[in-house]
Amino acid sequence: MAADDGGRSTVGGRSARVRPYALTRGRTRYSHVLSVETLVTTLDCDEADAAAGVVDVARLETGRSDMPEVRAIIELCRGVRSVAEVSALLDLPLGVVRVLIGDLANQGRISVYQTAGDGDGPDRALLERLLGGLRRL
Amino acid sequence: MDYADSDPGTAGRSVPPLAVPAPRRAADGMPPITSTKIVVSGGFGVGKTTLVGSVSEIEPLTTESVMTVMSEATDRLDGLPDKVTTTVALDFGRVTLESDLVLYLFGTPGQGRFQFMWDDLVRGAVGAVVLVDTRRIEECFPAVDYFERSGMPFVVAINTFDGAPVYPVQDLRDALSLRPETPLIACDARDRQSSANALATLVMHALQMATR
Repeated sequence: MAADDGGRSTVGGRSARVRPYALTRGRTRYSHVLSVETLVTTLDCDEADAAAGVVDVARLETGRSDMPEVRAIIELCRGVRSVAEVSALLDLPLGVVRVLIGDLANQGRISVYQTAGDGDGPDRALLERLLGGLRRL
Repeated sequence: MDYADSDPGTAGRSVPPLAVPAPRRAADGMPPITSTKIVVSGGFGVGKTTLVGSVSEIEPLTTESVMTVMSEATDRLDGLPDKVTTTVALDFGRVTLESDLVLYLFGTPGQGRFQFMWDDLVRGAVGAVVLVDTRRIEECFPAVDYFERSGMPFVVAINTFDGAPVYPVQDLRDALSLRPETPLIACDARDRQSSANALATLVMHALQMATR
């Protein structure tokens, strides 16, 4: 473990599991609907965006002070990923990933897709498509 | 813990993202992609991860969730089980059925004391496939009980292990006290077609339940 990381190991290190919620400053709640199958993807923001007024400068500043775990999430989600995939691939507990992704979504740095279960569960139309897809496998 | 039939190891490290275009900027708008999930449950070592892996387009991954469950032993005078915090491993896989439709399959620990976790995991799911090993039928009881109580669509799939006893369907239905409407099928979890068929049976059952 590096000496300058304040006791937090790199992503995937064992000590990330010892006190996982240290990463979230003890918070266990999150504001978006983040089921295990919820898809998320990173939204870019750079100096050009800030100059053009597309994103505010505060968001850029937030990005510069990211924890390694947050940077890893941003990097991994350059493709479309589910919450469960982020947790598994970065070896971070599901609950921690939900809080961190919720923060990023609130900051406008990650997009959260709707899932089929956000309302009352999958509707008929979706079930029909699912059935068709499974029969083609 | 449900680690024995699951060791994805490090194979998942290079798991590709979904083969769909990701918007780079908020202004690009979000292409509509729908994700949904099916839960695969059953007793220890019954083949949940095998079924997930035979259908999944990626090597099954494992995610860990810290949660509160009922303790196995109880010392309390009132006889109520204690709640303890534990880490539970969930194995899952992914299959892209259409360019904008992705199905996730979650294998859940089947032991009764993990039921606290199920509420969170199964919310919004299409339903569940409960796998049964005829050598240890009783191990699926907690899962069957749970899904019957929750009212969520589920099917029971007998995993056809080599050498496992084969019973008449009605005997199995009686042993499991299945409701008449709950489908009971045979499934070879190692076989992609057979596993996909079990999932399709569940979706058909969910459609029937939605009609009523």
